[in-house]
Amino acid sequence: MSRLSSSPRISSGLGVAGAALLAVAVLVALAAPLIAPWPPMQIDLRARFTPPAWEAHGVLRHLLGTDNLGRDIASRIVWGARISLGVGVAASLLGAAIGGTLGLCAGYFGRGVDAAISWLIDVQLAFPFTLFALFLLAVFGGGPGPVVVVLALATWVNYARVVRAQVMALRGQDFILAARAVGVPSGRILLRYLLPAVAPAMVVVGSFSAAQAILTQAALSFLGVGVDPSSPSWGAMLDLGRSYILSAWWMATFPGVTIALVVLGANLLGDWLREWLDPLAVSRR
Amino acid sequence: MSDTTLPSLKPSPRRATSPLRSRALRARVSHALAVLFGVSLLTFLVAHATGDPVTLLLPANAPEATRIALAHHLGLDQPLPVQYGLFLLHALQGDFGRSFLYGQPVAPLVLQTLPATLELAAAAFCIALLVGLPLGVLSASRGGVASAALQLLSMLGLAMPAFWLGLMLVLVFAVQLHLLPVDSSGGVSHLVLPALTLSLLSLARISRLVRSGMQEILDRDFIRTARARGLPEWRVVWVHGLRNVLVPVVTMAGMELGDLLSSAVVVEVVFAWPGIGRLSVEALGARDFPLLQGTVFIAGLGFVLINLLADILCARIDPRIASGATSSGSIAP
Repeated sequence: MSRLSSSPRISSGLGVAGAALLAVAVLVALAAPLIAPWPPMQIDLRARFTPPAWEAHGVLRHLLGTDNLGRDIASRIVWGARISLGVGVAASLLGAAIGGTLGLCAGYFGRGVDAAISWLIDVQLAFPFTLFALFLLAVFGGGPGPVVVVLALATWVNYARVVRAQVMALRGQDFILAARAVGVPSGRILLRYLLPAVAPAMVVVGSFSAAQAILTQAALSFLGVGVDPSSPSWGAMLDLGRSYILSAWWMATFPGVTIALVVLGANLLGDWLREWLDPLAVSRR
Repeated sequence: MSDTTLPSLKPSPRRATSPLRSRALRARVSHALAVLFGVSLLTFLVAHATGDPVTLLLPANAPEATRIALAHHLGLDQPLPVQYGLFLLHALQGDFGRSFLYGQPVAPLVLQTLPATLELAAAAFCIALLVGLPLGVLSASRGGVASAALQLLSMLGLAMPAFWLGLMLVLVFAVQLHLLPVDSSGGVSHLVLPALTLSLLSLARISRLVRSGMQEILDRDFIRTARARGLPEWRVVWVHGLRNVLVPVVTMAGMELGDLLSSAVVVEVVFAWPGIGRLSVEALGARDFPLLQGTVFIAGLGFVLINLLADILCARIDPRIASGATSSGSIAP
């Protein structure tokens, strides 16, 4: 168990900062057509490798400079927010659906069901994930859909483990025993009694999982199996920037800073949410 | 250690041979085997989904008889469970098929590149442990500078993409300051940047785990007893305290090593490090499925073995660990 900060006041301040970072990112993604000064794909070969505005030869029109085809870096980052955040959130939600269901079943039914699901969790964890994702995407092809599914494979384990452990602790409590005694069917117990009880923990895990999905997605784009190499995703921009790291440092630097800020925001928010929504987990430490 | 007040934490050699211990060991080994079975099944099924290898191996105008003969030769006319059995049988003999790209058997190719990856992962792991452990202990017991450094490190380590950090390190140390070489050919100095890059995330996680574990342990009665008996503070913290947080750390270290192998893929590409990560990216580019399959399977095998070792090590450190313990439901990422 871990927190970034030790005092509650600092941590809520950091939590608000994290939420603010994320809110800005979401707003930017939603308002991309309004904010971005240039179309993200517009090529201007005469303006290739324009450095950021504050450097020598930089121009204010291209605040963060341009890439090897003269495309505006800032605009591509703004548009890339849609892909990176969208894929990250979708993967995290899909992971929540899979992991939540399996975790509920494993924790509630125990025995064989638990053994089977725990086995699945351990098998999933046994694969070095980046390699496994490469393999899957090589076989089933890239594109947003497969990437979301593969990233959900990375995140469902987080949910499943937490939900399983919590349900195991809740299973023997009076309100569940009472519900069972009066004959409430299992499905109803899972959905109406246990799911609300584990929901706060799932929100916390979701915050970290979205961060993890955004990072992994960037790594996959970087390795060339991302959403689409030509679309303005942050990972693909980093991959492109790597080739020009010696001549045009800004091409790789700014997308990376953006990823780091968004992931930092999600992590800070997650830490804060954990204290608010899941005080049990904090006091148990 | 004459003054040990640790509650039942002395590993006694007598118990190592007790029936309980060997039963626990058997449970762990069979668990590892079950996981390996899943790993092999999943790898097989995904590889099976790549389609008919015959069409990949033969030219498009090959006669039907040749196709059937080759399919028969490869065992592809058998039912799926039999094919899986054959795959497993071959895998047990170290035969993962031939790489399309290199025209060589897959296993030696992977095993040739594995040492480079292990070297990188081991170096990163050492950095993470040697820095992360003291940092975690210091920030739990002292606070102040160590605590602030830990917070900064963990925020950055958890948020920065490893490959991007690598690029930035190259930019600063190799390009701007000319302190360290960029390429990866031999020598310790070539290992520094890739290993540092790879270690940061693990360093952050290990030190956070140690810190929260220590914070909890330092409130316990036996620590208060040790202090009351006038033991020097360093001894209370570094001997009595640290020993009690080692078990989760070792468990996590096993997971970390697996994570390092996974992240190493990306870091290798950044630094042109000749390991399995670069090999698998090459395989990806050439759509060399047998090579990818072999790499994934061998990496999974390595991970399971490492964790089995970590489990056994934990049982040595803390004899209280009962048999058949399963993964805990930690909410931490």
